[in-house]
Amino acid sequence: MTADIAPAASAADAPKFTVRDLEFYYGDFHALTGINIDVRDNAVTAFIGPSGCGKSTFLRCLNRMNDLIPGTRVEGTITLDGADIYGPGVDPVDLRRRVGMIFQQPNPFPMSIYDNVAFGPRLHGVKKKDELDEIVEQALVRANLWKEVKDILGRGGLTLSGGQQQRLCIARVLAVQPDVLLMDEPCSAIDPTSVQKVEDLMAELKSSVTIIIVTHNMQQAARVSGETAFFLQEKQGEAAELIEFGRTAEIFTSPRDRRTEDYITGRFG
Amino acid sequence: MTEQREHVEAAPPHMGSVLKMMSRATYFREAALRNLFLLCAVAAVAGVALIFVFVGVRGWPVVQDPGLAAFLFGSEWSATNDAFGILPLVTGTLVVTIGALLLGAPLAIGTAVFLSEIASPRMRSIVRPAVEMLAGVPSVVFGFFGLVILRPVVAALTGGMGFGPLTASVILAVMIVPTISTLTEDALRSVAPGIRHASYAMGATTWQTIYKVLLPAAKIGIIDATILGMGRAIGETMAVVMVAGNAPQFFAGLGEPIVTLTSQIVIDMSYASGTHRTALFGLAIILFLISMGLVALVRTLSRHAERQG
Repeated sequence: MTADIAPAASAADAPKFTVRDLEFYYGDFHALTGINIDVRDNAVTAFIGPSGCGKSTFLRCLNRMNDLIPGTRVEGTITLDGADIYGPGVDPVDLRRRVGMIFQQPNPFPMSIYDNVAFGPRLHGVKKKDELDEIVEQALVRANLWKEVKDILGRGGLTLSGGQQQRLCIARVLAVQPDVLLMDEPCSAIDPTSVQKVEDLMAELKSSVTIIIVTHNMQQAARVSGETAFFLQEKQGEAAELIEFGRTAEIFTSPRDRRTEDYITGRFG
Repeated sequence: MTEQREHVEAAPPHMGSVLKMMSRATYFREAALRNLFLLCAVAAVAGVALIFVFVGVRGWPVVQDPGLAAFLFGSEWSATNDAFGILPLVTGTLVVTIGALLLGAPLAIGTAVFLSEIASPRMRSIVRPAVEMLAGVPSVVFGFFGLVILRPVVAALTGGMGFGPLTASVILAVMIVPTISTLTEDALRSVAPGIRHASYAMGATTWQTIYKVLLPAAKIGIIDATILGMGRAIGETMAVVMVAGNAPQFFAGLGEPIVTLTSQIVIDMSYASGTHRTALFGLAIILFLISMGLVALVRTLSRHAERQG
């Protein structure tokens, strides 16, 4: 599925996602305006900003999850490896295979651990038992969950702890070999030990997967990401904007924009 | 609990300066309401118990006459021959119910999936009340519809008069749609929304999300819904009496008359006496046991589902 994607080294400088002049509307509500950003390949990019600043909305533009909400509208372009994801004829279903998503609330399916991870591969036509076994094991290994669950693969995914459930969801996504992993506050509903494990996991995965994480936790953004984007909705009811985007170290030590500084130093949000 | 409240009531007066005491009037009003609701619950349970005892006492003599085996396994029901074997009635009920479920359950589940997953809010606001209205149509109207519209069609298909299991099943199928579809829709809606999003985010299509994720997740609820629909089909009398042909004989074809347990009671009730009358109460016991069995099944399944968490 990912065979046609050039190896990371040769494409190191080409951005994974290129977003130009993005406007986003929920019905009459103008939610995002004038977003321009290049997301680097095989790196971790963090989206930060106060609640309601549109960072999750923007994240959901990247795998077209917003399509599922009636009345939403997108203007501008988003390209993934140069191809317009909102272009005519693009199948959002296929896009979502390449751009996986992890949600705030761990959401395993009410089926066994094995079936959870095998879900994606089965959707895409893998049927052979030994092939599935291998994919499931690999995905669970990559998600750092294999050791904990290898003897209980038949048990329900919902019987795991919250943190394990979240890693199960990551394994489920990894099983379809996505190029990109969108993480929407993946750590805000799990315990601190699990947070540590998920962050370690991100560090391991970023060599092979582009990760974009929305987080409320600025320490987390500083720990895990190479680049950080700060979003802000300046007035209630107005469209949110991308205020500043740059290397995480710079954003957190010497932000160029006053509003970024205010947010980072905890003056609002 | 009552004891605790009385204790508060009897607390020394200086407590009042710290915490306001429950006034006597409030206390009595609360107690009266508690007892009123208790009375409601007791009345409902007493009603069931009374019917059960009454039917049980009147029907129990079938054990002696015509005898339990002759009653349960006799293949002839004929007042003139003094034969009261319920096997033809049981199979009649079975055939009609299975037919109704085969036709009605897929229709109802499909309707529920449409309402919960596919229909736009506008569409839903039209279709759902229409389905619910179906539940409010008196069964005699269904029977009349079956008699006048459906029966000739079935007659043309199967030959004969068109009275029989096919006509009855189709009418019953329509009648159980609201029961099954409303409960199935509830079950689908109560699937955690995160699961739905996860499925779409995994690159599943709407159809894959429905049949690989949502229907399995709502499985227990859907089975419950179907069992309750089945209960409705077994219990329905009026519409079935009007179209089933009402001959106490074994299933001999989709267009051949049959009779159900409930129908036979209605038909014979007005003139039965002696053993015949006792046998009708025996039928009522059988119906009682069937519906208790179904309720028990639903409860077991729900408890099982809860444990699975």
